[in-house]
Amino acid sequence: MKSFHKALLGLAMLGAAATVHAQNEQFIPMNGYWVGPYAPGGSGIFGGFIDYVNMINAREGGVNGVKLTYEKCETEYNNARGVECYERQKKKGPTGATMVHPLSTGITYSLIDKALADKIPVVSLGYGRTDASDGRVFPYIFPLVTNYWSQNTAKIKFIGSREGGMDKLRGKKIVNIYHDSAYGKETIPILDAQAKKYGFTVTHIPVPHPGNEQGAQWLQVRQIKPDWVILRGWGVMNPVALKSAAKVGFPRDRIIGVWWSGAEEDTIPAGDASKGYIAAGFNVAGTNFPVVQEIKKYVYAKGKGEMEDQTRIGSIYYNRGVVHGIVTVEAIRKAQEKYGKKPLTGEQIRWGLENLAISEARLKELGAAGFMQPLKVSCLDHEGGGAVKFQQWDGTKWKVITDWITPDRELVRPMIEASAAAYAKEKNITPRDCSKEM
Amino acid sequence: MLYREAGQFKTSYAKDQQVFPIRQDRIGVAAVVVFAFLVVPLVANQYWLSAILTPFLIFALATIGLNILTGYAGQLSLGTAAFMAVGAFAAYNFVLRVPGIPILVAFVLAGVCAALVGIVFGLPSLRIKGFYLAVATLAAQFFVVWALTKFSWFSNNSSSGVISAQKIEILGYTFDSPVSKYLFTLGIVAALALAAKNMVRSSVGRAWMAVRDMDVAASVIGIRLMQTKLLAFAISSFYCGVAGALYAFAYLGTVEPEGFNLDLSFRVLFMVIIGGAGSILGSFLGAAFIVLLPIFLNTLAPVIEHGLGVQMPPGLMSNLELIVFGALIIFFLVVEPHGLARLWQIGKEKLRLWPFPH
Repeated sequence: MKSFHKALLGLAMLGAAATVHAQNEQFIPMNGYWVGPYAPGGSGIFGGFIDYVNMINAREGGVNGVKLTYEKCETEYNNARGVECYERQKKKGPTGATMVHPLSTGITYSLIDKALADKIPVVSLGYGRTDASDGRVFPYIFPLVTNYWSQNTAKIKFIGSREGGMDKLRGKKIVNIYHDSAYGKETIPILDAQAKKYGFTVTHIPVPHPGNEQGAQWLQVRQIKPDWVILRGWGVMNPVALKSAAKVGFPRDRIIGVWWSGAEEDTIPAGDASKGYIAAGFNVAGTNFPVVQEIKKYVYAKGKGEMEDQTRIGSIYYNRGVVHGIVTVEAIRKAQEKYGKKPLTGEQIRWGLENLAISEARLKELGAAGFMQPLKVSCLDHEGGGAVKFQQWDGTKWKVITDWITPDRELVRPMIEASAAAYAKEKNITPRDCSKEM
Repeated sequence: MLYREAGQFKTSYAKDQQVFPIRQDRIGVAAVVVFAFLVVPLVANQYWLSAILTPFLIFALATIGLNILTGYAGQLSLGTAAFMAVGAFAAYNFVLRVPGIPILVAFVLAGVCAALVGIVFGLPSLRIKGFYLAVATLAAQFFVVWALTKFSWFSNNSSSGVISAQKIEILGYTFDSPVSKYLFTLGIVAALALAAKNMVRSSVGRAWMAVRDMDVAASVIGIRLMQTKLLAFAISSFYCGVAGALYAFAYLGTVEPEGFNLDLSFRVLFMVIIGGAGSILGSFLGAAFIVLLPIFLNTLAPVIEHGLGVQMPPGLMSNLELIVFGALIIFFLVVEPHGLARLWQIGKEKLRLWPFPH
């Protein structure tokens, strides 16, 4: 009975904690994952994100005086738990959730209808539904910075440049090794379209989740003898792929990973097998950026901070979390320009996201020049950037080997529009007229 | 004293054979049903309805399905999630490809599809038993998820293999608010749970239990093993299929084949074990335990942090949840290996004697 009273007391305190939110606060849900096979990604990204938010609070007292608050919720990378977290967090704070970063393609899909009904923007930085880049059909979904199809065309461009020109791609063989899930399958249509355009052949080889056994797949690679392998993995699948490639003797500097296959957590476990491996990235690693130094100064120097293992600060995932933070805070700032310096609703933040413009000069002010690319979002284009850098693992750290490589927009955009139009037809959505949006 | 059936005489066969022979049970069940249909929609907020109660009901339905197969007919299965996936994708395709089909008909047909798949994968049960059968049903788990991913026809050629469930519409009314989706789910679950309760005390249910307890003896007294076992697979898969359709249509809205993985099958199996094998009530208790407890622990975490005034390392809290959850499962299984339903039964017996135990 006593323990029951304690539980009741706990619940009562939970209620009390929710009501003590002062009025001048903007609430950001942190629905991430700190356990399970994908914990390295989740803990790193949300570590960087939360640290950036705390740094803004400590340095500037929030965004124009509106303090940023947050609460964590564990999704375990599981769709059902992710939806529960979303429902739990969406009404918190004086104006409800600012925006949601589901950090899982599956959860993003599950939230598309709900977010539209609740008027809360869903921001999927570098994952999620690619055709949501067409903002006319998906007003509340923002696959910001870059999407999978853009990245894929950038990858083929990179391969082309390595081969000595796009016309040299004719007759080449490319193998696409992918995680057998919604996330993994997302690039199959664009690769097929590119294969047709440039005349190379592409073979798609699925790896069942979680991907800790890939002997058969890499034997198949050895039979095909491809010129390049595109690795579309996630979590434990990546180091296993690199090790299996080493076992069949496939050169690692001919394997190109997506940004979810290109972090320290993917290469270090594979040891020497990962040396020379190339991966795409929409942010770079390193601590020598002013923004990371500011986090160290305002957060870690005061004994606070999310990362227990401080060597992870400046890693790919951590810095990607800082990108999440920058995008979120800048969107709030933009929305405040129009709606006033007060806590804003999801609907108002949506305007901020849609009109978000982070120029090179602004990036410099933020201390993030070269850290991420400039962004320009619009009603038509919910992606805003699209470029990636390629980096190579030298055995101890990621080395950037290219400048920002832009995607093949002429190829990607019509496919996005066609796919979004099909979705609109299936769901009976009338696309917005962007000329009327302000 | 409160719970005593003294004085309740049964004067006809019909009375002797009713589903709930004790008056207190009848009142209790009626009260719960009335509460769930009338009071809950009024008092529960959107979060409770759409994030907690609806998934709880859907998992309870899937658990009843597995309980029919494992708890009553004694056939261990690890293919529950696969049958749910069949139900979800079948319902989606029926609504998509048959214009104007009523949603309930689509759900029933989805259940029938799942039942057919269940019969096919139940065939090995005629030759093998126990853990070996469990391994054979694993084939269903992997085959169905593979087939749904491999053949894009099932997902209407969606590039990512994800389906987005259509709106639920009955007679022009659209079930789109959390309350209406909850009531829709509750209606289906209540009807099917009542049907299950009736089924397990009918001759079919008794045949299942005879097969479970000793199949050689059952065949000696004239029960046809093949029919009985396959019927258990069919009905169990039907329930799972409807649960899967509800999971897609009334809960998540968008599902991918990978969501119906082995992990989900194990979760439903744990619900059966924790709740109590061979009990309809146990299915609800088990689903409540597995669905609600992690969420409760997760909401408790910030309270503990506030209460103690310390900031814990971020990974620790999440891992602690899993540790506490695991410890509670072990605790309940040690205290009562027959599940929560058995605890409730013991409680009822104590109540009969209270306040004068011998």
